[in-house]
Amino acid sequence: MLMKLATDFMGWIDKRLPVTDAWNKHLAQYPAPKNFNFWYFFGSLAMLVLVNQIVTGIWLTMNYEPSGEGAFASVEYIMRDVDFGWLLRYMHSTGASAFFVVVYMHMMRGLMYGSYQKPRELLWIFGMLIFLVLMAEAFMGYLLPWGNMSYWGAQVIISLFGAVPIIGDDLTLWIRGDYVISGATLNRFFALHVIAMPLVLVVLVFLHILALHEVGSNNPEGVDIKKPKGSVKLEELSKFTFHKQYSDKYDIVDAVPFHPYYSVKDIMGVAGFLFLFCWVMFFAPEGGGYFMEAPNFTPANGLKTPEHIAPVWYFGPFYTILRVVPDKLLGAVAMFGAIVMLFALPWFDRGVVKSVRYRSKLHLVNLIQFAICFVVLGALGTMPATPTANLIGVIASFGYFGFFIALWFYSKNENTKPVPERIAD
Amino acid sequence: MSNVPVNNGRRRFLTAATAVVGGVGVVGAAVPFIASWNPSARAKAAGAPVEVNIGKIQPGQLIRAEWRGKPVYVVRRTEQTVSNLAKHDDQLRDPNSEKAQQPVYATNAYRSIKPEFLVALGVCTHLGCAPTHHAGDFDQFVEGVPNGFFCPCHGSKFDMAGRVFQGVPAPLNLVVPEHSYINDDTLLIGVAQGDA
Amino acid sequence: MKKLIIAATFGILFSVTTFMSFTAVASGPSIHLDKANNDLSDKESLKKGFKTYLNYCLGCHQLQYQRYNRTFDDLGIDKADGVANYMPTGDKVGGHILNTMPEEEAAKWFGSAPPDLTLEARLRSPDWIYTYLRSFYIDESRPFDVNNTVFKDVGMPHVLQSLQGVSTLVVHKELDEHGEEHEVSSLSPAMGGSLTAEEYDVVIRDLTNFLEYVGEPNKLERKAIGYWVLAFLFFFFIISYFLKKEYWKDVH
Repeated sequence: MLMKLATDFMGWIDKRLPVTDAWNKHLAQYPAPKNFNFWYFFGSLAMLVLVNQIVTGIWLTMNYEPSGEGAFASVEYIMRDVDFGWLLRYMHSTGASAFFVVVYMHMMRGLMYGSYQKPRELLWIFGMLIFLVLMAEAFMGYLLPWGNMSYWGAQVIISLFGAVPIIGDDLTLWIRGDYVISGATLNRFFALHVIAMPLVLVVLVFLHILALHEVGSNNPEGVDIKKPKGSVKLEELSKFTFHKQYSDKYDIVDAVPFHPYYSVKDIMGVAGFLFLFCWVMFFAPEGGGYFMEAPNFTPANGLKTPEHIAPVWYFGPFYTILRVVPDKLLGAVAMFGAIVMLFALPWFDRGVVKSVRYRSKLHLVNLIQFAICFVVLGALGTMPATPTANLIGVIASFGYFGFFIALWFYSKNENTKPVPERIAD
Repeated sequence: MSNVPVNNGRRRFLTAATAVVGGVGVVGAAVPFIASWNPSARAKAAGAPVEVNIGKIQPGQLIRAEWRGKPVYVVRRTEQTVSNLAKHDDQLRDPNSEKAQQPVYATNAYRSIKPEFLVALGVCTHLGCAPTHHAGDFDQFVEGVPNGFFCPCHGSKFDMAGRVFQGVPAPLNLVVPEHSYINDDTLLIGVAQGDA
Repeated sequence: MKKLIIAATFGILFSVTTFMSFTAVASGPSIHLDKANNDLSDKESLKKGFKTYLNYCLGCHQLQYQRYNRTFDDLGIDKADGVANYMPTGDKVGGHILNTMPEEEAAKWFGSAPPDLTLEARLRSPDWIYTYLRSFYIDESRPFDVNNTVFKDVGMPHVLQSLQGVSTLVVHKELDEHGEEHEVSSLSPAMGGSLTAEEYDVVIRDLTNFLEYVGEPNKLERKAIGYWVLAFLFFFFIISYFLKKEYWKDVH
């Protein structure tokens, strides 16, 4: 009786909105390669962190006061006077760092298995746009506690726009809305941080997933699970039912439906991730001074620069690239260039073999040196600019850009291994 | 419908267990979000008990105090007023204060701890306006009753114990807040007698 | 396949090590700080620290984000006791711990206004506070005749001088492990205070303890909740692991 009622109700809905169809298309009958490994947890984890940031963010705005006079005190109000306000704030601040950890791992996965290659270029571009907006979102959010590091960090980054020829100074003035960073800057950053950027992020995430489901998921082998229709023997086809949209066009092999196989696997991933996340959040919410920097425990003071201004760790790599170039304009160009390179990655890589497993030793070495350079650049970004640090920074910057240049040269005629037809068990 | 070849008991048990434990987790995670809507320490500090000096109130005089953002009327009733209270019981909705509009210790003929002092929220029980105190000229509203409160918004009437008259929009007597006396001259609003 | 995972793991490990070594380099030579070794769960220590704070610090340094009643509750001070013995300024019990020093005047007296101390322990670290308050020495070139080895040319007088007494800065030469000579300065034992050095250290440790508490009043609660959350998530992870394994029997 109750079951019939539920079925009837869903039937009524489905005639008006394709809910069941969408569920099947994107979850219960979405073909996912059966060989996802550890690196494939980070997509769903990024979604989890996004939800965490949005929900805790909404709750923080309930008590936060976006004004130069009240912002710092309102954060302490949340930390002390609001029931569990401290937990909501730590969830948000730890979440910000976790977001970048997860996203960097997610991007590394893409690099390792060639998930940016044809036909997934647009999927990669959407991902990069998400990364870009996420950086803007994080940068603006970091001003809101109105601590002294918030203030001077924003000061440094906004000054970057002063490097733009001719209009630079007017541009920085316009961004700040004042002659210095002030309540006006704080208020516009607040509006962008809590409304504009999250909206854009959510739309981009939606497009990212839509694009993913159109081209299908890549996998650690880089072997396509969609074979031309009629090319696979009946007994070799996957034993699961997939949505017509996929199975009408292709013969699908070595795949499982996303739900329940990857939903249960991702739940396990979520549990593991939350364990580490809560460990940091409950026992070291300051992240050793990397997630919350000590100078931010004193209010913004336009007359007193902290002894050592360091961006939050996740901006480190790009900040170092900016810093090692001994010219303001060129430094800014190099920094933005570093991101542009990532955007253009699908075209730097002229190879056809996707996964690093079947590519040349040279590619493996190139990839590892890139990862190391990226981490080194990140570490340097949080340190004072000594001559030694600068030298290492220059080398690592060459490593960073060199990855793309070298890739372009060797990928055309790369000495790759034969790629198997099918994903092995 | 299902895209799963096997569905054994072990699988059903593990699914249910994960769902239940996950559900507990979600409920647990909701606690801080729900709890954060409670009055904060700032709100509680602002809503803390208020001390009122009643030593200088003249007989028949009303003074206003503020407690939790609301006006509290403190009236020093004359002996005449106190003795008059019982005379118009038949015109009241709830002459014996049966509805819980006052603490137990103020559920008496005067709706107060000391007959001399009325302590009541100056908030009409109809729609929340502040009734005005009419000393001596209340008989224009209720014949034979010289003192009382008249709400200018919708014409509700209350006597000098905050009890509502019949035939007006307000349904209930004025609220008597928790209060107590620190000494003869000091009234404490917000803390019950004996709890201080 | 396994080899690549190993290679990747190796890469990450290598990167992390690089990171660590850099961090070590970055934190390089700095002022030596003594360990405060304070104990946030020691309420007697916190109460004594609170008392010291009220007697010696509040005159100039506020705790503008910390409320009296919250402090009483957390430190286990009875409200009546608190009002009688821990509220020198006679404010409301739900109010913040404030003084009445005018900020602009104060800036003239001390060179800059004495900072609020609510978050000092998070800004500087408890070890810094503990060391700083034990590092004043006589320096007649300074306006208050004292200087500090941790905070050079500090504008603050040695408020606890009556307890600690006075130290002087002694410079002497020392050989390092390479046999090179270095000038090393250290503080002479303090003289003329009402407390012994050990007693004074305890007073400062209690005060540091109190300031660490004030910096984040819910620190102990945070950790207490944390253990439960981690235990729960561990349990959840185990169940979800078995659930995943059960479903994936279909595939492998």
